Amino acid sequence: MLRVSLYRYNPEVDDEPYMQDIEFDTGGKDLMVLDVLEMIKGDDPSLAFRRSCREGVCGSDGLNINGKNGLACITPLSEVVKKGALVVRPLPGLPVVRDLVVDMTLFYQQYEKVQPYLINNTPPPAIERLQSPEEREKLDGLYECILCACCSTSCPSFWWNPDRFIGPAGLLQAYRFLADSRDTATDERLARLDDPFSVFRCHGIQNCVAVCPKGLNPTRAIGHIRNMLLQRAT
Amino acid sequence: MVTSVTSLGRSGLYDWLLQRVSAVVLLAWFVCIGGTILGAPELTFVYWKSVFSGTAMRIFTLLALVSLFAHAWVGMWSVVTDYLTERMMGPRAVVLRLTVQVVCVIVLFSYVVWGVQILWGN
Ligand code: SF4
Repeated sequence: MLRVSLYRYNPEVDDEPYMQDIEFDTGGKDLMVLDVLEMIKGDDPSLAFRRSCREGVCGSDGLNINGKNGLACITPLSEVVKKGALVVRPLPGLPVVRDLVVDMTLFYQQYEKVQPYLINNTPPPAIERLQSPEEREKLDGLYECILCACCSTSCPSFWWNPDRFIGPAGLLQAYRFLADSRDTATDERLARLDDPFSVFRCHGIQNCVAVCPKGLNPTRAIGHIRNMLLQRAT
Repeated sequence: MVTSVTSLGRSGLYDWLLQRVSAVVLLAWFVCIGGTILGAPELTFVYWKSVFSGTAMRIFTLLALVSLFAHAWVGMWSVVTDYLTERMMGPRAVVLRLTVQVVCVIVLFSYVVWGVQILWGN
């Protein structure tokens, strides 16, 4: 038997959030956390959480599972359950819409700030802008991000300043475009980042690295941005 | 771009660099003082005074004091803008934040002046 504890909050009826305890029979199987949630929802359709692809590609079901952020669909019980208990809460630091669903507006606003698209106003070539294999290689470890928000919502600096610190996810994408040989706005991009909050609230805590379900390293990307700023200014 | 008028250098990079450089200066100074204390035949007032009577040591110590000022200001400014914010405590945060910032600057400035007095006093 698995003791499941779920964060519940329905602002229309509850005065405040509470933890709901449920005894759950796994049937001896090593289920994914998402499977458990789905089965519980089968009995209690009022439980709200996001999900879509159920295989770690869409990034919708980022949750705080036994204290650590991760994607419920690719987190097996055997990896997280300790002493027969599973505690599931919404991603920390963002406003809760209902139960395990958070309002991601702040997260997306930071993403928007880094202008996550190629900027190149030179006349486009007939077919496409080419890159050498070496130039393309620089984007590895950056383009794979699925914007699940597990990293940014595990970062204390993002908890305190989600409106001013871009956060690991946004900064990883900032570097993805700074590193792209086809982008010509490097200087403008860097100029927009050189304030005391956007990049420099990162104190190298590295929670982002510890939780990223895609194995990406936002701290390293932030270090690259810092070096680019340093080169440009000294 | 998030602007701020109370950070030391107004630029994230400048503050960051200053904090790194000042940290190195402080480390070097403490190693130097540690060595002086450990290497002393006997730790007397006369010996201590002679250590700080050299111009090089005075310059180094003043540099360490100024570094302390910069280092602590950048650090305290970060702490204050993390925790004493409108997001954490509502509109009254700005008063508290500014007060703490001013107190910090006064204390740090006093340390520097006091240090100069000690170094160049009799
Ligand atoms: S960097 Fe990793 S944890 Fe952060 S949003 Fe992208 S995939 Fe999720």
